[in-house]
This record gives sequence, C-alpha cells and structure tokens, in this order.
Amino acid sequence: MKIAIASGKGGTGKTFVATNLFTYIQKRGVNVVLADCDTEVPNSLIFIKAKEKEIHKVMDYRPIINPDICKFCGKCVDYCSYNAIFYVPSLKKISLIPELCHGCKACSVACEYGAIDDSELEIGVVRSYKDKEENKECNIFEGRMKPRELTGVPTIKSTIRYATIPEADYYLFDSPPGTACPFIQTVTRADFIILVTEPTPFGLSDLKQSIETLKKLNKPYGVIVNRSDLGNNDLTQYLKNDSIDLISSIPFSKKIASSYAKGNIEINENPESEKYFKEIYEYLEEKRLKIKL
Amino acid sequence: MKRIAIISGKGGSGKSSITASFLTLAKNTLAIDCDVDASNLYLIFNPSVDKKHVYISGKTAKINNNKCTSCGLCQNTCNFEAINIIDGKYVVDDISCEGCYLCSRVCPFGAIDMIDSGENYIYSGKYRFGNMIYGRLSPGEDNSGKMISELREKADQLAKENNIECEIIDGPPGIGCAVISTITGVDDIVVVSEPSLSGISDMKRAINVALKFTNNVYVIINKYDLDESNSEDIIKYCNSNNIKVIAKLKFDKNMVDAMINKSSIIEYSPNCQCSTEIKKAYNIIKSTLDK
Repeated sequence: MKIAIASGKGGTGKTFVATNLFTYIQKRGVNVVLADCDTEVPNSLIFIKAKEKEIHKVMDYRPIINPDICKFCGKCVDYCSYNAIFYVPSLKKISLIPELCHGCKACSVACEYGAIDDSELEIGVVRSYKDKEENKECNIFEGRMKPRELTGVPTIKSTIRYATIPEADYYLFDSPPGTACPFIQTVTRADFIILVTEPTPFGLSDLKQSIETLKKLNKPYGVIVNRSDLGNNDLTQYLKNDSIDLISSIPFSKKIASSYAKGNIEINENPESEKYFKEIYEYLEEKRLKIKL
Repeated sequence: MKRIAIISGKGGSGKSSITASFLTLAKNTLAIDCDVDASNLYLIFNPSVDKKHVYISGKTAKINNNKCTSCGLCQNTCNFEAINIIDGKYVVDDISCEGCYLCSRVCPFGAIDMIDSGENYIYSGKYRFGNMIYGRLSPGEDNSGKMISELREKADQLAKENNIECEIIDGPPGIGCAVISTITGVDDIVVVSEPSLSGISDMKRAINVALKFTNNVYVIINKYDLDESNSEDIIKYCNSNNIKVIAKLKFDKNMVDAMINKSSIIEYSPNCQCSTEIKKAYNIIKSTLDK
C-alpha cells in the first residue's frame, strides 16, 4: 500500500512521522520502502543511517537551437508558450532562455528546417539507499531537485518510480508541504494519505485546504495531530464534525523535540513513543487488508 | 522603498509569527504575504478585502469529443504523458497537463481548446496596522513564482498609491522559485531557523540563496533552547560567514496562544523573552535600513 505523509502547513511533523513509522514497520519485519519526495529540502536521510548505492539523474528535455540552420521563420517562437526563445531576426539571433524553458518540445515540433536538436538537462537526482546490507534491493530513496530549477515535479515523479520496487507491503512517501503541484504529484500516486497537522489556527486553515484538494482527487485520508496539546480545540471539533479519522494524537514533548533536533529516530531513543506508531500502523493495516479484499 | 523579507528554508520555523511581530513594531509599512500556497498572516490580522484580483496561472487542454477523431496525434506529441484513453475517448489529465498548447496546435481537427486552469486570488485591504496584500493559490496549481511576481508588482503599486515607504514580506518555505520571486529586489533578508539538524541544513540552503540577492542577511534562531548545542553551531556557522544572529527566541507556548488570540506575540505578551528579542532584532534591521 502506498501512503503519502503530507501536510498543508510546513513543520507539522511529516518527516518525523514518516521516518519513525518506517522504522516501526521495519522492526516488525515487514517489507517497507521510504521515499523522500520533498525535493526542495529533503531531510529524511538525516534520521536514517543508510548507505548510498546509486544516483540516478533526472533529465528534462531541452532544445538546442542552431542559428546557422535556422531560417528565422519565427514558428518556434509562436509555438513557445513560455517566452523561452530569445529571437531577434534582424540580427540573426536566436537562442533558448533555459530558465524559462518547460521542456515541452513545442519548438522542436514546430521547426520545419531541422534547426532544433534534442538535448537534455539534469534538473534533479534520485539517490537510492540500503539501510541493511542484507537487503535484496534498495529500500530508501531521496529526490533532490537542483536549486533554481523551475519545478521539483519531474524529480518527484522519478523518485516514486524508483521507489516502487516490487513486493513491498508499504511504500511511504514523505511529501512536500503545501497543496500546489508538488503535493498533488505525490499524493496522486498514493493509495492513502496521512495528513499531519497541529491544533493551531494556521494548522487548521492549511489542513482544510489540503482536504479540499484530496476530495477533488478522490483520495482517502486520515489525520495525525502533532503537538496536540499546543493549541485549541477547533481542530478536534472540525475533525469530529466532518467525521474525519483521527489516526493518532501526539502531544508535544521536549524528548521528541530533542530526538528530532539531534537527527535521531524517536522510537529508538524513547521506546515509550512506540505506542503512537503502533496505533498508526494498526490503523493502516486495517486499511491495507480492506484494499486487498 | 525599503523591503524586508522573512524566509526559512524549513517549514514551521516561525516566519509568519515573526513577520506579524515586525509589522506590529513598524510604521507606515505594507504587509505582504507571499506564501501563496499556505497564506497565514491574514488569519492573525483579519484584513478587510478592498480589492480582489483574479490571477490565472495558466491553461489546461480540453479535448472536444464531438470534433475528436481519435487519431492519437495529441497523445503521441504530448511530452508530459497528459493524454489518456478513458472509456475509448481521448481525455486530458489536467493534473499532468502543463498547458503548453502543443496538442492544440498539432490537432488536425481543431478538437483541442485551451481553457483557463486555476483561478488564484490576490487580496488587498486594511488591517489594524495599515495595508496588507496577500495571495491565495488555487489548490493544485503550480507555485512557480509567477503569481508571486504579480503579487509583488501589485504590492509596489499599492505602496505607491498610499505613500508607504517600507514593505515587510512573509515568504514561503523552501528555496525554490517561489522563494526567489519573494526575495528579488529586497534589501534585507531574515532567515528564521530552528536548532534541529533538518533546520540547520535548510537554513544553510536558504542563506546561500539569500546571499545571491543581498549582503544584508540576518538569522533569528527560534526555539533555541530546544537544543542549545545545535543553537551554538548555528551561531558559529553564522559568525564564520559574517552573518549576524539578531535574535535567539526561547520556546514559548505564548507564541501559539498569541496566534490563537489573533495577535502577534508583541501584542499578546509584550514583555516575554521572545517579544524583547524580536524588538531588539527589529531595531537592528531598522537602523541598517535607515542608513
């Protein structure tokens, strides 16, 4: 079962939940994969000791415009929806503005004179890791987009593709924050979404936005409330009123904050925290078995 | 025009709380919330909505089945795998569609229309400390920074109309396009960090990006007492890179209570350690802006 761990608001605890849940499930001897899809600032590998095994470049299409073959008909400029072609026909100047190029290939399709060659640009990397040498395959994947690139979406798609190895029981996608394209591209590839939130006005507002989006995508979801004692009751009231599953409630604790700050897995440092992940896992197991049937 | 932007790299570091505090202290300042994916400043300040501007972020292709002959050329041409066959009909997946127009151009039967995709909004109005402008991205839209550029343009117009000389900008998390659009043309950038390994890693990435835009980059360490050793590392890093740490805020439940009370920490608990530190930080920035 593919599970996206997401949140509208940043900093609610997605990576905390994803890495601890991954560790908890592994301890049970269940085959689980972790994919860090927060390609702008991936952090999961801070918490999990794993050996990098492979690097895969994520390539995006880029045209090479040849001014010597170009007949300066301007058709590629008409076809480009992103103003990504610098074009001054009177000076016989034509070139790509790479920062604006979306890799759609429209210019190449437009050109009737063979003046555009196909090329590729590296816009991100996916790293594969094993946390145990005995593993048959890599079980941890991290997507990292190149800074200043337009979008992390192709890197997210690649990360999930590599992470979907055969025969794992669980695939956990640590999602990017927000409800924009990167979030959508991650959750759309999941069977179930865990939304991590905090009981504050910011948390509630962003949660509602996430849920509105998930409803449009027709994806099932449940909520984990983190730092559950730092805020007010509006969130729990909202979950009750809308009959939204509250999977687990994790109170603020300086111990948890400290484990997180040091880059440690909380359930390894403080086994009494396992009870939250036991609760989450049992909830997910119920969902997974239902899907199987 | 003087501009201060507050970014973090890491989400949840406290950008909006600190921005709200600066706005409480500042005079004749325009509040700008550039975190269009998850706007939060308006939740504290509850501004009036004087103007609502629709921003169309792009187009999506739509296949007209009455004209479509199922020749499949669109699907073969699409570079984003956005055209599928569902129940024998060619359909555009508008999640994957990038709105590049190519399919509509190649269709021999004119069966593809380009329609407006998301309706995003830019709101401007007044709140208790002055004028505010903020954006709300339609869920699922591409937060590529274009909307933020539009928001910043409208903000400058609004500032001019109202003779406002300073802008304080609440930024989005991360270091991508949206952040770049937020910090372009800004005088001072404040990077809010938290003392966790993730927070430090993201802070460094944010600082590197910020330094490409201005030399006046400052750091505020939020919740510093949750890990004093990591906080020390942040200070060491900043010192060796000539970046001033202008405040160290203790972890304080009042920060959450202030938010619930729809106020900044300065309004809610003006004498707590966080408020004192933030006031100090603001004065440091103000004095360099005035120079």
